[in-house]
Formats: sequence, C-alpha cells, structure tokens
Amino acid sequence: MSNNISIKHALKKYGENVIIPDLSLEIKEGEFFTLLGPSGCGKTTLLRMIAGFNSIEGGDFYFSDRRINDLDPAKRNIGMVFQNYAIFPHMTVRKNVEFGLKNKKLPKDEVAKQADKFMKLMHVDEYADRLPERLSGGQQQRVALARALCIEPDVLLFDEPLSNLDAKLRVEMRSVIKNIQHSVGITTVYVTHDQEEAMAVSDRIAVMNAGVIQHVGTPKNIYQRPANLFVSTFIGRSNVLAAKLAVENGETWVVMPSGYRAKMDHVQDQYRREQDIQLSVRPEEFQLNRDASAGGISATVDDCVFLGLMTHYFVHLESGEEVEIIQESSIDSIIQPGSQIKLTLNTEKVNVFTADGSANILTGVCNDCAAG
Amino acid sequence: MTKSKKKLEVWTAVSIVLLLAFLLFLVYPMFGLLKQSVISTDGQFTLAEFSKFFSKTYYTGTIVNSMKVTLAVTAVSLILGVPIAYFYSFYKLKGAKVLFVLSILCSMSAPFIGAYSWIMLLGRNGVVTKFLESLLHISVGSIYGFKGILLVQSLKFFPLVFIYMNGAFKNIDNTLMEASANMGCTGVRRLFRVVLALSMPTILAASLMVFMQAFADFGTPMLLGEGYKTFPVLIYDQYLGETGQNYNFAAALAVIAIAVTAIVFFFQKWATSRFKFSMNALHPVEKKEAKGLGGLLMHLYCYILVAIAFMPQLYIIYLSFRNCSGAVFKPGFSLGNYQAAVKKLLVRSIKNTTVLGVLSLAVIIVIAVLIAYLVVRRSSVLNNSIDTLSMLPYIMPGAVIGLALLIAFGKKPFALTGTLTIMVIALVIRRLPYTIRSATATLMQISMSIEEAAISLGASKAKTFLQITVPMMANGILSGAILSWVAIVTELSSSIILYNNKSITLTMSTYVAINRGNYGLAAAFAAILTVVTTVSLIIYMAVSKSEDVSL
Repeated sequence: MSNNISIKHALKKYGENVIIPDLSLEIKEGEFFTLLGPSGCGKTTLLRMIAGFNSIEGGDFYFSDRRINDLDPAKRNIGMVFQNYAIFPHMTVRKNVEFGLKNKKLPKDEVAKQADKFMKLMHVDEYADRLPERLSGGQQQRVALARALCIEPDVLLFDEPLSNLDAKLRVEMRSVIKNIQHSVGITTVYVTHDQEEAMAVSDRIAVMNAGVIQHVGTPKNIYQRPANLFVSTFIGRSNVLAAKLAVENGETWVVMPSGYRAKMDHVQDQYRREQDIQLSVRPEEFQLNRDASAGGISATVDDCVFLGLMTHYFVHLESGEEVEIIQESSIDSIIQPGSQIKLTLNTEKVNVFTADGSANILTGVCNDCAAG
Repeated sequence: MTKSKKKLEVWTAVSIVLLLAFLLFLVYPMFGLLKQSVISTDGQFTLAEFSKFFSKTYYTGTIVNSMKVTLAVTAVSLILGVPIAYFYSFYKLKGAKVLFVLSILCSMSAPFIGAYSWIMLLGRNGVVTKFLESLLHISVGSIYGFKGILLVQSLKFFPLVFIYMNGAFKNIDNTLMEASANMGCTGVRRLFRVVLALSMPTILAASLMVFMQAFADFGTPMLLGEGYKTFPVLIYDQYLGETGQNYNFAAALAVIAIAVTAIVFFFQKWATSRFKFSMNALHPVEKKEAKGLGGLLMHLYCYILVAIAFMPQLYIIYLSFRNCSGAVFKPGFSLGNYQAAVKKLLVRSIKNTTVLGVLSLAVIIVIAVLIAYLVVRRSSVLNNSIDTLSMLPYIMPGAVIGLALLIAFGKKPFALTGTLTIMVIALVIRRLPYTIRSATATLMQISMSIEEAAISLGASKAKTFLQITVPMMANGILSGAILSWVAIVTELSSSIILYNNKSITLTMSTYVAINRGNYGLAAAFAAILTVVTTVSLIIYMAVSKSEDVSL
C-alpha cells in the first residue's frame, strides 16, 4: 500500500518569483520524513505541490512509479493534516471521519466500521456525535488525524500540525503522531519550523532554506555534522568564530586569532591545506577553565544564568567576539561576571566550515547518503 | 491537469454568465438612462435637460432641500443613536434586550408608514395636535415640511446608528479603557478621546448608511414634504410626466442624483481611509451597573427615545381596528378596515409580496454566494470587475433604478413593465450589494484548508463547494437574507415606478390607500405589513441565535 515519493527537479514559480529553483528528493517507503526550515523557505509550498494544491511549474513527482503531476488532488489518495485542523464545523466528529470513506463509495456498514476503528485508535470515539466546536484543539487535531488515516492513504502529509497547540499538548501530540505513524507504516511528509519537534518525530530531516535543500539526514547527523554553516546555526545554537587551518608535519591544526591552537584529526583529505575557516562551536562544546593562567582562549565573563541542570555563561573573547557557553551546573560557586577564564575546544565535536560557510570540511558528514 | 481544467472552465462560465447578466440588467439600463438624459426626442445630442435643471431655482432648490434635510437627519440620528448605543454597551440597563429589539423593529419598518402614522398623531387633525390645542391651548406648529421629515427620518434612522455603534463598542478592548484610565484620561474625556475616536470608522460607516437611505427615501417627503420638495420626489413627479411620456428630464435628474450620491460615497471613503485600523477585543468591556441619578437619566433617555420611535407602529395597529369612513376615523372598533382591505386586492398584494420576496431572495442568495466564491477564492480581473459592478447600485437611489429599468425594458424587445419579472430584477439589483458584502465577509473567515481537506479526502470540487463551502456560509448568508427579505417587503421607491394593478404589493397597496385618503384601509394594510416585518425579524433573531444585527 505504502509508496516511496520521488521528486525530480521540482520548480515552483509565482509569476517571475522563483520559490523553489530545482529540488530533487527521495523519500523512502514507510519513512517519517520532515521538511524543516525557517518560514518562507518553501517547505509548505513543496508539501502543497505533493498534495496537489499548488501547481507544479517544472520537474516530476512520483508516488512509487506513478507520475502524479497531473493527477487531481482528490485522486491522489492522500491523508492531510492541517495547521488549523480544517475540521468541518457543521459536521459531527463521526461525519468528519466518514467524509473521505463516503467519497470512496464504500458500503455503509464498512464506512461505519472503519470510522469506528480509527476514532477508537485516536481516542475520540466518545465524542463521535459532538460538533467540533465543543472540542479542544488537541481533540480536534486527533479527529483530523483519524479522518486522514481512515481512508488508508498512500501518503500522509502534515502541515505544521502542532503549532496551534500549547506547549504541553504539543509534546504529547508529537509522540501520538510518531507512534501512530510507526504502527501504520504509511510514508509521511511532515512540515515544521520547530527543530526540536522535527528531531523528536523524524526518521530523516531535510533542512531547507530559500527553496534549496541544505542537508538531508538523520536528526543525529544533522545536529552533529551539519553539512554547512546555515544548518549548523539553524539546528541548535552555534557560536561561529573566524579561524585558520594550518598544516604542519602532516598534522592539521585549527589556529585562533589569539594564537590558541587545537589539533583536528578528522579533516577531509581534499581540504587539508592552509586556509581561512569558520569554526562552529555549540555552547556545550567549550571546556571552561577557571584558572586564567592555564592554556586556551582568554575570555571575560559578562553574565551568567543559572538554570538548575545547566548554567549558561555569556562571555567575550580577546578579539571581542561574544560567545555563549553551557556547562553542567557544579556544586561550587558560579563564576562571577568580570572574571577572567580560559576556554578550550572539544575538538571531536566542533565543526569546521570553509570560509564561505558552504561546506563542512570534516569527515562524517552524511548529506543524503545511503547510510542514513 | 485535465480534470481540474474542466472544473475551472465551469467557474469561468459562471463568471461570464454573471457578467452578461450585469451588463444586461444594470449597465444597459444605466447607459439607457444616460442616453435618455442627453439625447433629445428627435435624436440630437443636447444638454438642454441639464441646463433646464440648473437654470431654475425651483429645480435646484430640491437638491438644496434634500441635502439640508438629509445632513440634518444624519446629524440628529448620530446625536440620538450614539448615546443610546454607549449606554447599552457600557452599562447594564434594565430590559436592554427589549430596547434593542424594538429599535431594530423601528429601523426595519417602511419609512412612509412612520410618516403616515405621525400625520395621524401630529398632523392638522392629529390626536396629539387636537389634544394639545383644545386642552392646553398650545400650538405644536406644522409637522409638514423640513421639521416633519427631520422628525420622522431621524426616529427611523437613529436605530441604524445604534446597531452599528453597538458593534463597534463591543470591539473595544477593556485593556484600552484601563490603559487610558491609567494615564489619567477618564469620564467624558475618555469617551471622546478614546471610545469615540476608536469608533470613528464605524461612525463614518453609519453616517453614510443613514445619508444614503435618507437621501433616497421617497415616501416620507412625499407624504410630509408638501411645499418642501426633495429630489426623489421631483424625479417621481417628472416621471409621472407633466408633459406626457417624455422621460428625458427625469433621466437627467436621475443622472444628477447618482452624481450627488457618488460624491458623498467617495467623500466618505476618503474620510474613512484616514482612520484605517481594525479592532478585535480579546477582553470585551464589562458592563457597569447604571446606578443613581445618572443611571435613572440613562434609563429615561433610552426608554423615552425608543418609545417615541416605536409609537407610530403601535398607533397604526390600533387605528387599523378603528371604525373609519374615508379619511375620518370614527368611535368604536371593528374589523371593517380589514374587510375593506380584502375587497381591495389584499389577497393579491400578499401573494405578490410573497412571490416577489421569495423569488428575489432566491436569486440574490444564489448570485451572492457565487460572486463571493469567485471574488474570494478565484480572484481575477474579470471576477473583481463583476464584484465592483455589483456594488454600483449601492449608490443609486431606488427611484433611479426604477426609472432606468423602465426606460430599458419598457418597450420591445424587452417589454417587461408591469410584470413581476421587472420588479424582481429591481429588487435583486437593489439588495444584492448588501448580501454580497455579508457573503464575502463570511467566506473570508472560512479557512481555505477546510476545502482542501475535503478535496484531499477525495471529494470533487463541485461536491466540496456544495457540501462544505455553502453549508459553512449558510449561517452568515441566512441572517443577511432575512434582513434583505424585510427590505424587499417594505420596498417603495423603485416599486412605485414599476408596479401596476397586477403586480401590486402590500407596501404599494398601503401607499395607494394613503394617497387616496382611505386612511382606515391604509392602516389595515400597514398593520399587516408591520406584523410581517416583526415576525420576519423574530425569525431572524431565532436563526442567528443572537441579538446582533449586521446590516
């Protein structure tokens, strides 16, 4: 039943305004695939092209071997869940869930049976005869999910389904969505701008910017080895510092303007030469030393915020660059603003990008590779 | 996209059919009107009719009269309507709902019935006049002319201001009130600098509404004007033809009328554009108790005002049961007036009114839903021009539309004069702008994704439109439709030009009876009409499940 989705050289234009210039993507059968990006990056546009609500100006879209470019949206057998739930307000919960089944011209008793099954699965069966206006946002989204699932769609599409819910419900609903998807095994495309949500639910994530896919990979991979500087700063927080790459006696070193050096063992061979680089260090990838006379990058603490488990430090380097550091809170006293400290890098974790930020020069980057 | 292209063509066909209908029933008659005004009977281009108008103060005076009385009515309606709306929205008044419902009833009644009733009360032989003169030796002065029109129209139109302003006040967020109090602005200062300033767009909208309706009102000045002749009355006089069936001068007058209303319309648009903001209250203002002397005065003001405005309708119903011969009411009660009404085409009037109302309403709803869908969901140059076209009648007085249709369809190939068809056309054109506005507003609030959800669940576009879009619009359209029904039932200004004995309506029967001096008969017709509008409005409030009216 389930399909893989294959997109080849998709082009989307509004008049002369190109939204998606040339996008290719393979989504595997049964996969939970997320399109993640800032607003206006074209992720919803792409999803609506798959659904058939946006015209396709170029390229080919396939569900398995079926080219769907010219297929009427009503015939694509898609289950779609919308940001505002899109529940029919003049129909009861049952009528909403049965709507798609009736369009399939199934026999009456089968319609009722199927609807019951999915209302039970989504725990909305007790509201079956209520009008949606008396349901909470979370319940409405469960109805929407039951309605989308019960037609046994080839592909399931989610357009920011949780962004209208409050924070607690969002966390609850995302595990509901993930578990349901895993149990039914329908190929799913999920759009969100919330990276934590994307990490929590996805098998693979495509990070998009300006209509171009920046990185396709597992949540772990895009966080730890982002393909370029955009992905590094968009996913999680990153301190970006200018530095140089130096090669001495066959060893590769990162050299900071202050003179601090750190050996980098896993630079790709093609990049092992002297060059300007951008160093991307996540707040937890700094090691902080209270002893100002020790080795490392000199820094001055500007502010610190104690958050229980973690303590955040805001410091500035000699070069004037401002940096955020997160440390596990320790039992001894918090470092006071104005203190001089030394910083060293966790070289295994930090990422190194070319000077223009377009590529990660370390090994282990996995952008749309088979290993996933 | 072969399948969806076919569907697109269905909507294109709908657009074209609508456009053709508007061209035939609106643009062509308007063009005919314009042509009639500048082409003399022997086929020459001439501005003689216009120079005739502007050369005589007898003619130009009617414009001055109309402007004077209409501006005065607008101002007085605001002065009466804003305070009652303010008290109603910001204080807990006793019997507030009754006040509101009675006000709506006042605003929905046919204006000339109010005028007629006031003549019965305050006219030369009016009860109140006689009572004051004989007992207290006070002369109330004449109700005829400027004063009378001002009285009747103000009492008829202040409820419009009340309804409009109530909507605006409800959208004022309580935090704005608290913020201004925080900064030391309370009481009367806050009323003017915050509350009324925030309501400015609505004040302007209400003013335009009152102005347009008062300016176009034909019945009131016809009955009460006497020497004080207003513009619509002049148009009607000229149409009746002092010099036979030559409509040229009447057409020229109609063109001038459109010019005047268009100028007012664009002036209002310009004024509104300076107050471009919208509000939506998260925390509506909590109503305060109306206590003490102030509270007593508030109650007195509201009750006395609404009582005065509602009195004519009650008085008419009372009169309808009085014995009457000709223009003189006699002591004692009977159903004589109703028996006379049955003889005088009552059955036919009711039948015509019902047929006209139902038919016009059906056409209006279908066209309004289609246009709203085309404009909101399939915006294009073609569809937007249909929308603009459909709004034109908003600035056309009813008499002008009646006249234009008469000129266009009075002769072959479309000899429609005196048929119900031409009256349906007139009523559809008259009421369509209002229904389209409410249908468009309703559809705009419906998220597109609901229709997309239906399509993704395998529903065809036609099925989606009929099963999802239309039912979701139903509430908004239905409530608007009942108000349109009331307006259609009480329509006078275009019908008076287009009706004949066969297509006579309740409103026309009432008017004819008043005109012929059959006052008892008129009271019976008017009472039936009042009951019909009242029942319609009660249904409206039950259907829309709210005490709110959006016009």
